[in-house]
Amino acid sequence: MAGVQVANVSRSFGAHKALDDVSIDFADGGFYALLGPSGSGKTTLLRQIAGFDFPDAGRIAIGGESVERVPVEKRRIGMVFQNYALFPNMSVADNIAFGLSVRGEPKATIAKEVQRALDLVQLGKLGGRKPHQLSGGQRQRVALARAIVTKPRVLLLDEPLGALDKALRVDMQIELKRIQREIGITTIFVTHDQEEALTMSDRIGILRDGRMVQEGPPEEIYDRPQSEFAATFLGDANIFRGNATGFGIKLPDGTTIAASTGASVPAGAKASCAVRPERIRISTGAAKPDPANANTLTGRVSKRIFAGNNSTYFVDRDGQTLKVIVQNTGAERLAEGEPVVLSWSPDSTVLIAA
Amino acid sequence: MADQLAIGSRRGLKPALPLLLPAYLWLTVAIFLPLSAMVFFSFMTDLPLAGKEWSFTLGNYAVFFSQSLYSTLLFASLRLGLEVTLWCIVIGYPAAYVLAKVLKGRSREAIFLLVILPFWSNGLVRIFSWAMVLREGGILDTALNAVLPFKINIDLMYSYPAVIIGLVHSYVPYMVLTCYLTLQAIDDSLIEAGRSLGASRRQVLWRVIIPLSMPGLIAGAALIFVPVVGSFMEPRILGGRTGTFYGTVIEDQFVAVFNWPLGAALSFILLAVVLIILALAAPVLRRAG
Repeated sequence: MAGVQVANVSRSFGAHKALDDVSIDFADGGFYALLGPSGSGKTTLLRQIAGFDFPDAGRIAIGGESVERVPVEKRRIGMVFQNYALFPNMSVADNIAFGLSVRGEPKATIAKEVQRALDLVQLGKLGGRKPHQLSGGQRQRVALARAIVTKPRVLLLDEPLGALDKALRVDMQIELKRIQREIGITTIFVTHDQEEALTMSDRIGILRDGRMVQEGPPEEIYDRPQSEFAATFLGDANIFRGNATGFGIKLPDGTTIAASTGASVPAGAKASCAVRPERIRISTGAAKPDPANANTLTGRVSKRIFAGNNSTYFVDRDGQTLKVIVQNTGAERLAEGEPVVLSWSPDSTVLIAA
Repeated sequence: MADQLAIGSRRGLKPALPLLLPAYLWLTVAIFLPLSAMVFFSFMTDLPLAGKEWSFTLGNYAVFFSQSLYSTLLFASLRLGLEVTLWCIVIGYPAAYVLAKVLKGRSREAIFLLVILPFWSNGLVRIFSWAMVLREGGILDTALNAVLPFKINIDLMYSYPAVIIGLVHSYVPYMVLTCYLTLQAIDDSLIEAGRSLGASRRQVLWRVIIPLSMPGLIAGAALIFVPVVGSFMEPRILGGRTGTFYGTVIEDQFVAVFNWPLGAALSFILLAVVLIILALAAPVLRRAG
């Protein structure tokens, strides 16, 4: 087991900068998600850590040892591929045994370790099957068992759940987390699924256009995004743009929005505010004067989407459509076209420097 | 295999008939009829031409077993087939690997074209051009002597190596093509998975890539071995006196000696031997694949 340090890593393919001065520390035993849209460089970063590709500049260390020029087979990593990449000509047991066997471990040790890995991923009796005789979820488990049986220092996963259907994906998320806790291995997980990143990881790194946009625990990134991109990519957010007032912003129409979290922006500079849809209260009458309702706007419901446990209201206001999510508490639902008052607390408002 | 049969029988053969019929009609007319005529000839004492007397006999087959010359030549041809096949693997497999896994886009197309090119040239022209290269005072001899500071004599013409060179040149594209197809079907992530598990490039080659490309190697070997064992053009032109093989003897029976019945009998003995070899090799190869 070991932590991974990535420092100032850059990698270009021709004129395209896939990674641009990326730095991130993965602590020993942590579960990290690298999140970003396609083309953001998250897979490129994973491949640099794995050793399939070498950075043009920067340093990568595993367990304190510089590895940026060490080929993949000498890095002692475990990797799970998007398509699982099981060897189709080998049985499940032989697939899992591969890493131990190329290392020249004695047969008895291999058999014992393979069985232990099969038990860990709850496939105890399927060692004799060929990969094509397995379901997607089972293949996923074999790929995981194969990656961890060699006791790697780091486990790397490249969108491992992408090929599974929704229900199975949730099962595998829990399973993956359980196995990771059980062996305590540093795990780096590439995904474009924000929900997966939020629910599974201890820390998230958000990438965009080859740069690390923000890095931190999921709660911190969700509650205090440092950019409009982070605010809208990880979860939903209403964004207001205007000029900073010192403790919030002033919109072009003169409305002020107070914010008590986020960056400090000098008054007059361009800035924006982000508010999560579930933090906004929606009502037909004026809101009670209360510090928790300090931010108030009026608008008109343009659309309502009912999703069982909650409803999403789209509220038109001065050319902007705001999104409000209301829990289904049995309260009266608002009709489309109805004029409404939106209110929320400055504590729920994050100030973002432009 | 069993799955395919099951699907076939579920859908029934009838709808497939119009699709199958043209091919089978053609095969019947073009291969089965002449071949049966040859089977017939192989049991005759003489050709039924110009009112010659003929009767049925097993004599043509007996000749093969009574004269050691024929079995010696058959063994020489089998050895030739084996050697040419091995050289085609040694030369063709790495080329196929580079084409499938290393080169991309334009450069792949260009190199691919160079590999296929021999297919588009006339076989006879190809062989005679080798004669120009390999003979004493030929292109190879002159070129080497122009470069090297000392005098050497290169006269490969009319030798066993010349036959091998000519045959390998003719048949190596088959190996490149069949191996290219199977190598291309191997997902790159399998190679990466192997290396991520600690296998060196060489271990990945032996444990992952070669086993997965075995079907292509086997198909290529079968496509090359069978015609090379019966080959006569390359041995005759490039081998001269040393180029007497089983195939050239069969050819002689048809074009020089006009003993078609013996030629036909020798052909069927070759066919039988090749089938037996393929049948014996099949279980081993299947396990390897």
